[in-house]
Amino acid sequence: MPRRGPRIPEKSKDFKGSMKRLFSSLDKWRYLLIFSLILAMISAILALIAPNRLSDLTDTITDGLVPNVNEEKMTEIMNDPNISMEDKMKAGEILATINDENALEKIDSLPTSIYEEIKPEIDIDKVKEISLLLLILYSVSAVLSYVQSFSMSTISNNFAKGLRTKISTKINKLPLKYFDNHETGNVLSIVTNDVDTIAMNMNNSLASLVTAVTLFIGSVIMMFYTNWIMAITAILSSLIGFGFMGLILGKSQKYFIQRQVELGNLNGYIEEMYSGHNVVKAYNGDKRAIKEFDELNEKLYTCNRKSQFLSGLMQPIMMFVGNFGYVAVCVVGALLTMNDIISFGVIVAFMIYVRMFTNPLSQIAQAMTSLQSTAAASERVFDFVDEKEMSNQDNLTHHLDKSKVKGKIEFKNVKFGYDKDKTIIKDFSALAQPGEKIAIVGPTGAGKTTMVNLLMKFYELNKGDIFIDGVATSDLTRENVHDLFVMVLQDTWLFEGTVRDNIKFNKQDVSDEEIWEALKVVGVDHFVKTLPNGIDTVLKDDESISAGQKQLLTIARGMIADAPFLILDEATSNVDTRTEELVQKAMDKLTEGRTSFIIAHRLSTIKNADLILVMKDGNIIEQGNHDELIEKNGFYAELYNSQFQN
Amino acid sequence: MFKLLKRLSKKDLVLIIISFAFIFFQVWVDLKLPDYMSEITVLIQTEGSSMSDILVQGGYMMLCALGSLISAFIVGYFASFVAANFSKNIRRSIFKKVENFSMSEIKKFSTSSLITRTTNDVTQVEMLIAMGMQLMMRAPIMAIWAVSKILNKSFEWSMLTAGCVAILLFTIIVLMIIVLPRFEKVQKLIDSVNGVTRENLTGIRVIRAFNAEKYQEDRFEKVNGELTKMQLFNQRCFAILNPIMNIVMNGLTLGIYFIGAFLINGAGMVDKMTMFSNMVVFTSYGMQVIMSFLMLAMIFMIIPRVQVSAKRINAVLDEELTIKDGDFAGDTKETGTVEFKHVSFKYPDADEYLLRDISFKVKKGEVIAFIGSTGSGKSTLINLVPRFYDVTDGEILVDGVNVKDYKLDALHNKLGYVPQRAVMFTGTVSSNVSYGDNGKEDITSNKIKEAIEVAQGTEFVEKMDKTYDSHIARGGTNISGGQKQRLAIARAIARDPEIYIFDDSFSALDYKTDSILRKELKKYTKDATSMIVAQRIGTVLNADKIVVLDKGECVGIGTHKELLKKCEIYREIALSQLSKEELENA
Repeated sequence: MPRRGPRIPEKSKDFKGSMKRLFSSLDKWRYLLIFSLILAMISAILALIAPNRLSDLTDTITDGLVPNVNEEKMTEIMNDPNISMEDKMKAGEILATINDENALEKIDSLPTSIYEEIKPEIDIDKVKEISLLLLILYSVSAVLSYVQSFSMSTISNNFAKGLRTKISTKINKLPLKYFDNHETGNVLSIVTNDVDTIAMNMNNSLASLVTAVTLFIGSVIMMFYTNWIMAITAILSSLIGFGFMGLILGKSQKYFIQRQVELGNLNGYIEEMYSGHNVVKAYNGDKRAIKEFDELNEKLYTCNRKSQFLSGLMQPIMMFVGNFGYVAVCVVGALLTMNDIISFGVIVAFMIYVRMFTNPLSQIAQAMTSLQSTAAASERVFDFVDEKEMSNQDNLTHHLDKSKVKGKIEFKNVKFGYDKDKTIIKDFSALAQPGEKIAIVGPTGAGKTTMVNLLMKFYELNKGDIFIDGVATSDLTRENVHDLFVMVLQDTWLFEGTVRDNIKFNKQDVSDEEIWEALKVVGVDHFVKTLPNGIDTVLKDDESISAGQKQLLTIARGMIADAPFLILDEATSNVDTRTEELVQKAMDKLTEGRTSFIIAHRLSTIKNADLILVMKDGNIIEQGNHDELIEKNGFYAELYNSQFQN
Repeated sequence: MFKLLKRLSKKDLVLIIISFAFIFFQVWVDLKLPDYMSEITVLIQTEGSSMSDILVQGGYMMLCALGSLISAFIVGYFASFVAANFSKNIRRSIFKKVENFSMSEIKKFSTSSLITRTTNDVTQVEMLIAMGMQLMMRAPIMAIWAVSKILNKSFEWSMLTAGCVAILLFTIIVLMIIVLPRFEKVQKLIDSVNGVTRENLTGIRVIRAFNAEKYQEDRFEKVNGELTKMQLFNQRCFAILNPIMNIVMNGLTLGIYFIGAFLINGAGMVDKMTMFSNMVVFTSYGMQVIMSFLMLAMIFMIIPRVQVSAKRINAVLDEELTIKDGDFAGDTKETGTVEFKHVSFKYPDADEYLLRDISFKVKKGEVIAFIGSTGSGKSTLINLVPRFYDVTDGEILVDGVNVKDYKLDALHNKLGYVPQRAVMFTGTVSSNVSYGDNGKEDITSNKIKEAIEVAQGTEFVEKMDKTYDSHIARGGTNISGGQKQRLAIARAIARDPEIYIFDDSFSALDYKTDSILRKELKKYTKDATSMIVAQRIGTVLNADKIVVLDKGECVGIGTHKELLKKCEIYREIALSQLSKEELENA
């Protein structure tokens, strides 16, 4: 179940190593990656130049604010023959009464002819020029950043696709042993979550990291280049703010993790209580359940509140840091402007630089944590990809042709254990002639599937060998061995696809007639005909077809596969009696003319078997036919009799 | 959503109102800030202004920033309090409600859906409240206030700002229309990738046996390719948002300055200065306006999602309970009897009856077994006794009293129920066996040991590293199916019930353990009544009464021998499992 909430940054074991490996496994995408990172950098640099131009623009405007009033200009006006004497007289009067307070109004009330001469004029051409330049800068930067994102998503998605393919093919190369010690869920989470994390972070963080670093360094350089006093002011004031923020962030981390843990605990508890609802009810456990729930809920509430509060603080603090820098820049800037050290445009530029300087810092922090989780995720992916594969088969030259195999199987001094130091099958020998029926019996958990695993060469034997028509299976490739067997297991496996695809499976050139024939033999042709699209109906993992029907379909698949040996797991409980009869009939058909190994539950199967292998605790403890074993009065006899003794 | 919010407590509401006031204050100071900024601008530009004036204005600006920060702190504190408290209460209400559900309500919602409703959906609503109090209430206030502040400054500038907002909103809406439906498809494709991988893993033996590795890889490649294509499209679309946002925001500043240059040029000396400072201030107001509209857009994207969650939560909270508690405390003269009187049952919304007119009676100490093919209704029948469902017609009497009249607790105290799928809780072997409340004194450790022994679990429990105190993992994943089943049976035994209900509880045991267990159980609980649902003939063979069910109807009641003679269906079932002579020998 997906759990939302603030992401806890994960620590990777070897950050540098994983990142290096990640980069080198990019292959051909590497160049595009470098290209797009360069674009990100250029785009950031363009964004850096912009405030400087904007400051020019401001200066151009402020230059046009101050009227042209000085001695020289006034003399010039007074001597200008084009201005009427009257106006000159009036101006003289006005100028005589001028003081600091009313200067601007006085100037405005000057006669038009004189006002026109001395009024300040903004250099509109320059304004247009700078604006155009800025517009181009912004546009180019935007286009570059789009191209950059575009190629970044191309890289990350294709890379993710490649990783998924790698994992999917890897599954088929791993020995079954791997899956004994690893849960399905883990592998699934590698394919989806981990690959997703890598792709997403690559898409977002990498470019933003480059942009942020460029902006950060660039803004520092630009600030110092523009004015060093202002630069120091801006940097110092922001750093004070960030120190403050770091303090809170450090504190909140603890609560985030705690919250995630408590949420997990509570969710787990809810899951447990809901799925065991019938027991909770029948055992009057509901009062206790509510009490325990309350305790967990209260715990969650406490850290929820704290983490909620702290995470809500980030944004206001960021704003405050921005404002603080702003004020500092303004005050110091004002001081400097009044002393004519800098122009007002510099202040405007700095107002933007402060923002450029503070934003990347938090972005860098964010990108670093997500790169950490990328590293951790890629470690898991690479660990999986690096798992030891099944043994190499290039040196195996024997080949048994399916159509020529007679069907004799011999076990010779077979020794086997799932763990090397724990042998469960000790020195087992047996012989089955072509067409014979071998029943494997034993209590649940006795390891009956072990026999399947060994016959199918899913696991390697520790010692001894199994011979097919006199050829040791250790000399045959796994594919060759598989080819000789038809296997129908009890946990019916159908995939999401049409009935036809499920029956045909990987076998090419199977005509629809053959499929119908197989369906008819196992007795599901009527059922398939009633499905909405016949054999083109897509089978989904729901309850539209019963366990028995599924079993019958897998038997039909076995019929199509057709091979000299058969491994069969008899159906037990999940099927109703009538379907069970059908299934058994179909299974009996399947055993005809094949050397078959049957994990037997039916007494009739066991009694008719040519050879019964009795298993207990993983080992084969007795073998022989029914009568021999009954006579022996050992474990088999006990097992057999317990069925109708009470 | 609204309905759910009604559940906020008075205290929460007061806090929200106080927060609202603080948000107003915060917006006020945030918007005041640029005013001081403009004062400073004017001071700098005006020759002869004193430094102290600037410092004073700067100080005011700082005060505004600090005020904004402090009110954000306060609002944040209240918001976290309200949100966490609200989610705690809602979660509790849902959990409590679900604990009172009968199985038919559980079935209606499905367990997994109920889990998401209690966890994820509540978290969704919680996030909305926390965010809502901080950003959502702020955004519209800010938008309106900031807009009103600029409107009277300059028509041209206002138009420009409006244009920028329009461009941004347009982009977002178009993106949403294009991308949102595809997001759902992406989710489906991720499920497919997951599905094919799961198939590969669960069917690994079959795939290898058929040498079908390549076939499966091709299937995987197909969904993998589709997913990548769809993701690429989405991300490439989305990549356009950032550049556009940047260009619009930068363009706004540039545009304001550009227009400003012309406006100032055309103005008189007195106005020039004010205009200039207005211009500087306007850029920050404009930015505020854009930001608040972006925020609003974001909220409108989130709300529908939360709405869905709220609806799902309300559906649980509003669900009417079908099983009502009776008021009979459970003191009966009779003990250990169960009687079905013309019982029929169908699910509330179903048309078809699952059980039709079933009648039988068991007395104290008897064993009654139910057999039939899957779908014959035997599990349903036995689940009617603890009132997981209520009968549609007829009545069920336990110890002579209708089950509907009992207090549920009292009824359950008489029963020892073992479900089809053994349920284990996180804890220890002991805590699992002594689970629940049987209305008597606590279950002692001796009793636990005894129960486990009867259930044939002593051997494996004592082999575990801490024997009776050994840890049981969530869902009992660290023990096998047969072991779980034996502990589940021990749990029923430890309860000392009058009536045992075994819902196909022996299926994971091998024949031998099955038969010994039942023998021991019989010995241990001479006086208790047992109701057993089974698949195996061997399990029911020696019952005092066997009820044969077929498609919801009772087609035969009697002992094994009687049924073999007179019941065709029973014979069919029996013969499919045992041979003729074996049946006769039994």
